[in-house]
Amino acid sequence: MIETLINIALFAMLVFTALAIVRMDRLFAVVMLSGVFSLLSAMLFVTLDAVDVAFTEAAVGAGISTVLMLGTIALTARREKAPSHSSAVPLVVCVVTGAVLVYGTLDMPNFGDAKAPANLHVAPDYLHDSIEEIDVPNVVTSILASYRGYDTLGETAVVFTAGIGVLLILSGLRRRRRYLDEDEDT
Amino acid sequence: MEFFLGHMNYWLFIVLMMTGLYIVVARGNLVKKIVGLNVFQVSVFMLYISIGKVTGGTAPIFPTDLQGHIEIDPDIVYSNPLPHVLILTAIVVGIATTSLGLALVVRIREEYGSIEEQDILDIDAAAAREENRQHGDAMGGRA
Repeated sequence: MIETLINIALFAMLVFTALAIVRMDRLFAVVMLSGVFSLLSAMLFVTLDAVDVAFTEAAVGAGISTVLMLGTIALTARREKAPSHSSAVPLVVCVVTGAVLVYGTLDMPNFGDAKAPANLHVAPDYLHDSIEEIDVPNVVTSILASYRGYDTLGETAVVFTAGIGVLLILSGLRRRRRYLDEDEDT
Repeated sequence: MEFFLGHMNYWLFIVLMMTGLYIVVARGNLVKKIVGLNVFQVSVFMLYISIGKVTGGTAPIFPTDLQGHIEIDPDIVYSNPLPHVLILTAIVVGIATTSLGLALVVRIREEYGSIEEQDILDIDAAAAREENRQHGDAMGGRA
């Protein structure tokens, strides 16, 4: 019961943060609120027993992505212009999509059901065998690094590709700027 | 009532997801669109993690004694560790896509001088009109 109350309180804070992001037009405040959103979701992950995910979300979601966004608004603009078109159509699209998703959850198993299909397939094997096979106390670690090591390898490839993409997009930014400045001087 | 309580979590996450989608669709600023995308993404993560939660369960880490020897207690219930692993991967991939998107925003601002969707569309439309006019002149006004 107390857990449900904590969940609902955290969720209420998350919704208020998200609505504040919608209303705010100063980008600095928007970026800070997105960091707050990530920290609140990390707390929710702790109540859902996913401590490793909470840790990563707090470090990556609230830390690194906030820094990246601050860098971006420093290079671009500080304020958002008021939207010129009406917001009725997006609202209808979101409500309809949400209704379809809610319809999709109707035949899902109850929250916390130990007999749910997601909890019956390989997860019991991991929990039962990982001590003998891997001998690491944290099951998440043994799945991440051993049972599903190829996933992690693929993830590394994705991060590497994204890093190269960012470097290629931004390379020559300073050079082009200097070039433009010289053009203006002459 | 049990059905309602058992599914309320999913519905709450869907509300958050739709807030993120609304930010992406309705707001014109590109940085804000990426923030909305992040909100959407984190809500999907929460949905996945809540699927792996087991009532009365705890985090899937086995207790050890002082010597670091793992003791298995069959009475302890653990939550499903598999969604946790998948979402760990997804968070890291998410930051990779976010950084790529932000790099594109910086590049767009450099090229167009604005990061508002409407300004960029206007500039593109003006450039297309200008190009059409030039082609028309080159054809002697027959195109």
